[in-house]
Amino acid sequence: MTEKIAYYPGCTAKSYAKYMDLTAREVMKKFDIELVELTRWTCCGTFFGLAEDNLTSQLAPMRNMIRTREDGFTDLTTTCSMCYNTLKRANILIQNDEEKASRLNAFMYEEEDYEGDVRVWHLLELLLEKVDIAGIAKKIVNPLKGLKVAPYYGCTLLRPKEVTIDKNPEKPTILSDLIFALGAEAVETPYMTECCGSYLTVKDKHLVADRTNRIIGSAARREADLLVVSCPLCQFNLDRRQKEARELNSALPEIPVVYFTQLMALALGVDVKELGFHEHYVDPTPVLRKRKLLGTPMKVPVKVKK
Amino acid sequence: MSMVKLTKTEKRIAFRQKVLDLAGANIMRCYQCGECSGGCPESAVMDLLPNQVIHKIQLGDESVLDTNTFWICSSCLICSARCPKGIDIAKVMESLREISLRAKKSYVTLEALTKEELEELPQIALISSFKKQTS
Repeated sequence: MTEKIAYYPGCTAKSYAKYMDLTAREVMKKFDIELVELTRWTCCGTFFGLAEDNLTSQLAPMRNMIRTREDGFTDLTTTCSMCYNTLKRANILIQNDEEKASRLNAFMYEEEDYEGDVRVWHLLELLLEKVDIAGIAKKIVNPLKGLKVAPYYGCTLLRPKEVTIDKNPEKPTILSDLIFALGAEAVETPYMTECCGSYLTVKDKHLVADRTNRIIGSAARREADLLVVSCPLCQFNLDRRQKEARELNSALPEIPVVYFTQLMALALGVDVKELGFHEHYVDPTPVLRKRKLLGTPMKVPVKVKK
Repeated sequence: MSMVKLTKTEKRIAFRQKVLDLAGANIMRCYQCGECSGGCPESAVMDLLPNQVIHKIQLGDESVLDTNTFWICSSCLICSARCPKGIDIAKVMESLREISLRAKKSYVTLEALTKEELEELPQIALISSFKKQTS
């Protein structure tokens, strides 16, 4: 039976990262889990507000929790790492700080009171909990044999420790486990848990270009074919900013950056045309073709519509 | 607990207190090991290293507000995760941002962005930048 779970896409999943969203839905369907998009949702606030005296930045994530309860769900999942971090941290604040929770509830007097009883999941965390790594491996129809994939976690999946999706945030392995389960080879780099420069891409893009140069460069030195991420901002910085990075270092090779959901969808036999690779600055198609992972009819079974 | 009095002027004490209020009261525990600055991916382009900022705050030195350190900080939390004294340094940076923003000092202005940039940048970048860097 298909299990239903509330799904928070986040703003960028509806535009720049729409293929992250679409492939996430496809992937979950393969495991009999239906992502039910919240009927109403707002921006999560992108970053958890850190200032002690400023509660306004907790309102947006909290409203999304209230929407989840209204839709009759107790669990909420999202693919975007930044949304995950913001929602989860706001939720922890509400659970642990009674005084702040009651002030927030009083401010939103027109809403039902919220006590922090929604559980927030990152999609990958949810998959590992409900399906586990062996269960994922069992469903693979197009094993990504010979593909070298560098995992890139970034910040918000791992820090702070209250929200980390890996038990060892300094040396995480969960993306590597996934990569191996898909039949590919994981190539870990020393930069995989370091920041990509995040929102500095707006005003100080030269700083982000420098980060991209290091991160992509270290993956290239380890002969990675592509990078896998779970955050649209990491994807933008590491993919689009390769243009600026190449101005700093003309020898920087082109490495495509894909969402883990895209990679999973490929391995699960979703048609490559539906993965949105054409929207990437560095197109992953040539390297996938080189590894003979595209369109070989022996490996990709034809979808039968019932 | 008795503490060494690092500063006596009222203005300095008030500034320090403001940061302590916004960021939590444990800044005074810093013993300058430099772990935060060592781990920070952007410390090379900062006017002051994160541990120097903490020291200046202990001294109540308002000149930290003129540095680019807290604008360059992207809240990646490496420093906070690794501080052996449990100081949330990212939160200290946020408090300096908040103090600046509340005094109407912005780092990013919407008008300064070109049409091409606005078309290129995804929402996630714009919203987070505006949240952290505009008043």
